Amino acid sequence: MAQETLSGWVRKLQAREISSRELTQLYLDRIERLDPQLNSFITVTAEQALAQADAADARLAKGEATPLLGVPVAQKDIFCTEGVRTSCGSRMLDPFVSPYSATVVERMNAAGAVMLGKTNMDEFAMGSSNETSFYGPVRNPWDTERVPGGSSGGSAAAVGARLVPGATGTDTGGSIREPAAFCGITGLKPTYGRVSRYGMIAFASSLDQGGPMAATAEDCGRMLNAMAGFDERDSTSVERPEEDFTAGLEQDLKGLRIGLPTEFFGEAGLDERVRGVIDAAIEVLKGRGAEIREVSLPNSHLSVPAYYVIAPAECSSNLARFDGVRYGHRCENPEDLMDLYTRSRGEGFGDEVKRRIMVGTYVLSAGYYDAYYLKAQKVRRIIADDFRRAFDEVDLVLGPTTPELPFALGAKADPVSMYLSDTYTIAANLAGLPAMSLPAGEIDGLPVGLQLIGNYFDEARLLGVAHQYQQETDWHARVPAAFA
Amino acid sequence: MEWETVIGLEIHAQLNTVSKIFSGAPTAYGAEPNRQACPVDLGMPGVLPVLNQGAVERAVMLGLAINAEITPRSVFARKNYFYPDLPKGYQISQFELPIVGLGHLDIELEDGTIKRVGVTRAHLEEDAGKSLHEGFEAMTGIDLNRAGTPLIEIVSEPELRSAKEAVAYMKKMHSLVRYLDICDGNMQEGSFRCDANVSIRPKGQTEFGTRAELKNLNSFRFVERAINFEVERQIDLIEGGGSVVQETRLYDPDRDETRSMRSKEEANDYRYFPDPDLLPLVVDSAFIDAVREKLPELPDAKRERFAEQYGLSDYDAGVLTAVREMGDFYEVVAAGCDAPKLAANWVMGEFSAAMNRSEVELADAPVNAEGLAGLLARIQDDTISGKIAKEVFEAMWNGEGDADAVIEAKGLKQITDTSAIDTIIDDVMANNPQQLEQYRGGKDKLFGFFVGQVMKATQGKANPAQVNERLKAKLDG
Repeated sequence: MAQETLSGWVRKLQAREISSRELTQLYLDRIERLDPQLNSFITVTAEQALAQADAADARLAKGEATPLLGVPVAQKDIFCTEGVRTSCGSRMLDPFVSPYSATVVERMNAAGAVMLGKTNMDEFAMGSSNETSFYGPVRNPWDTERVPGGSSGGSAAAVGARLVPGATGTDTGGSIREPAAFCGITGLKPTYGRVSRYGMIAFASSLDQGGPMAATAEDCGRMLNAMAGFDERDSTSVERPEEDFTAGLEQDLKGLRIGLPTEFFGEAGLDERVRGVIDAAIEVLKGRGAEIREVSLPNSHLSVPAYYVIAPAECSSNLARFDGVRYGHRCENPEDLMDLYTRSRGEGFGDEVKRRIMVGTYVLSAGYYDAYYLKAQKVRRIIADDFRRAFDEVDLVLGPTTPELPFALGAKADPVSMYLSDTYTIAANLAGLPAMSLPAGEIDGLPVGLQLIGNYFDEARLLGVAHQYQQETDWHARVPAAFA
Repeated sequence: MEWETVIGLEIHAQLNTVSKIFSGAPTAYGAEPNRQACPVDLGMPGVLPVLNQGAVERAVMLGLAINAEITPRSVFARKNYFYPDLPKGYQISQFELPIVGLGHLDIELEDGTIKRVGVTRAHLEEDAGKSLHEGFEAMTGIDLNRAGTPLIEIVSEPELRSAKEAVAYMKKMHSLVRYLDICDGNMQEGSFRCDANVSIRPKGQTEFGTRAELKNLNSFRFVERAINFEVERQIDLIEGGGSVVQETRLYDPDRDETRSMRSKEEANDYRYFPDPDLLPLVVDSAFIDAVREKLPELPDAKRERFAEQYGLSDYDAGVLTAVREMGDFYEVVAAGCDAPKLAANWVMGEFSAAMNRSEVELADAPVNAEGLAGLLARIQDDTISGKIAKEVFEAMWNGEGDADAVIEAKGLKQITDTSAIDTIIDDVMANNPQQLEQYRGGKDKLFGFFVGQVMKATQGKANPAQVNERLKAKLDG
């Protein structure tokens, strides 16, 4: 059963080969049995899930067929869920039970999904290894001494170990794609504005985007059908005609122009073995009719520095609301207002979050704003321009998702070396482009991810290319032995 | 040394939208604490702002009324600071690109001259909540009902030269926002308040002196007194060899003085940056034209029209148009009695005095415009005299019915029957032979005595013109 995909379960549920209650119970049992090795869930909502499953079964019995009817999923603990703790991986929100649900959660509920629980994550989505969570690190199902990536590490590990068929993630600088690569699953960061940010706790508002994480491109397309759509409660949400993201899955690759950015294959710390995996994947795509071209993204070396100005700047402001006054962690017996602020925030936030708040506060300060924030915004524009030029010549851009294999827990104590894990993923966030990672190989028993970056609103094409690739390969179907 | 005062005002006017500027929660005043605050207003994790179009319309309306440029693409920015009644830790405001650019407002100075005051800009922003210090032992209560209420901050150029000019400007702006019906103007509830930037410089000097900012002045009287106090303080300070420091000061109406709140060194660095949750606000010419269509007649235009159409003095026209509702009221009265000057005298005189005495607003006055017009019509058609009319008005104000009912009930109808008046005159002459003799002997002043006696005999109801005429004829005859 661990082999079955989310799309497979949708078909079996519709065919009434299994009930949602049975399926839900199966996965709840797996979580109970296997998650102690991974720590991928912060909260498991078993009772609620079974109630949702019963409701789904009733609807299935009536012949209803909403896109995710009866399918178990998990929500990253960054999405607010009414009546359920929403911690964002932080002590600050450990006591926080949201009074409302995020649009993504509402939409998935409406599509009939059954929520098994809330997945672990780097604190406030700040991290690339899932080691900054207040609830402890998540472990990689392929090697539990290694990290699952972050910040959506809980969702990636849970899907990778098949504790759930699909889960949501959020991606600010690679937080869906890097853990997807590290855990051997498929993950998509949609175009900025595709998926509502309402109820998704903000890290860096101009970069954050929610998206699906599952075994296959088809699964991601199904989930995106439920997640995406205009939301009047999010002013940055884009109003477009409704789209079926699974419609282009069978599109062949003849004449498809794929660009390889020279800068993604340079010396910049790319593991040769990872490069070998990508080269092999390119051959597969060529074999199915794709044309390969070289393109240049000349300013991509500026992505990480620009990102580490803009993202901290926005986070320093976004996290100001966590002040111990209305909800969340509040220090014991505050003496006065300043004491309430400094101790509540000092105790509530972990080191990485504090580091970014401080950097962000600095770059927005009078006298530094122009030199840092404004300049970073200009860099952001020229990075987007690089892509615009590239997409004049090619239909999508391909490269590695990460420069390295999943690393060992505790291996990257130096924050900057950690930040460089996102060196290939950040540019898509800065430009607002859709991008995905899919499993493309294995080295020493560890998965390697392939990244596809598309033009604005071209998710269907990305998913189609990934699906075609997955027709010829089985990397996406592999499950770590301990969880098979 | 002779000093010149330099004042710039920042007026905060609460826009009268039904819901808040970035959420759907209601803006009504006076609800139980925190009952009008939704997750967005509470700054819950994950919530996002959505701009209220009604607030944009009102801001554009103000911009058009002060002949300002409307910024085609303005930007909302976050003003970051920590305070318990500021739920998100930042206020959404506008910084570099406000919706309303350079404009102006004409004010009338005491000597009757008109002064044009520049308006630097006006921008949209959200209000914060309130900290409650009473009733919480050693703690502070937070009420977030006001959080997210739309405000427009209107910043003047530093072109005001006295406390009186500042008050004239503020009153004019107050009148304007109420005309436009974009703000209820209620100063007690804080719907209209201002900060004043005050400095002094030697007369003739072009550079500005160091300014102090006086915060949260919520009455015209406080504005005048706070500025006057501050100017004296600064003059004393400089003439005593000291210098003014740039700081924020608070006016204490109980002590009639300003006190330092924080100096420039202690000032916040607000770390403004464009709010990534909101797209730039684009206002196109079609939107502006649609708002322009809704503009009512503005105070200056109405004042000119009143002077011309009703033949009023410029002063009377000014008084009657200062408040939109009063102007509307006057026009109903004037039309209803067909005597514009009489109507002006009554609205500004008897009627305003009664409102002041009873301490009621126009909308709550017990006599409405139609009622007053009905009374004045009875003066016009000689049913009653102006003097009797005051008595009738008094009764109407006390709820005794409309003019005709009161006149009827009290029997106040004027006596205009010449024979009836003659009879009374004859009686009066017969009863006062001594005075009659004196009068006829040349003591003309006694004419008034006879008029008084006739009026007394008729309880004031005799038509005064007729009494005069008949008396003259009979006494002299």
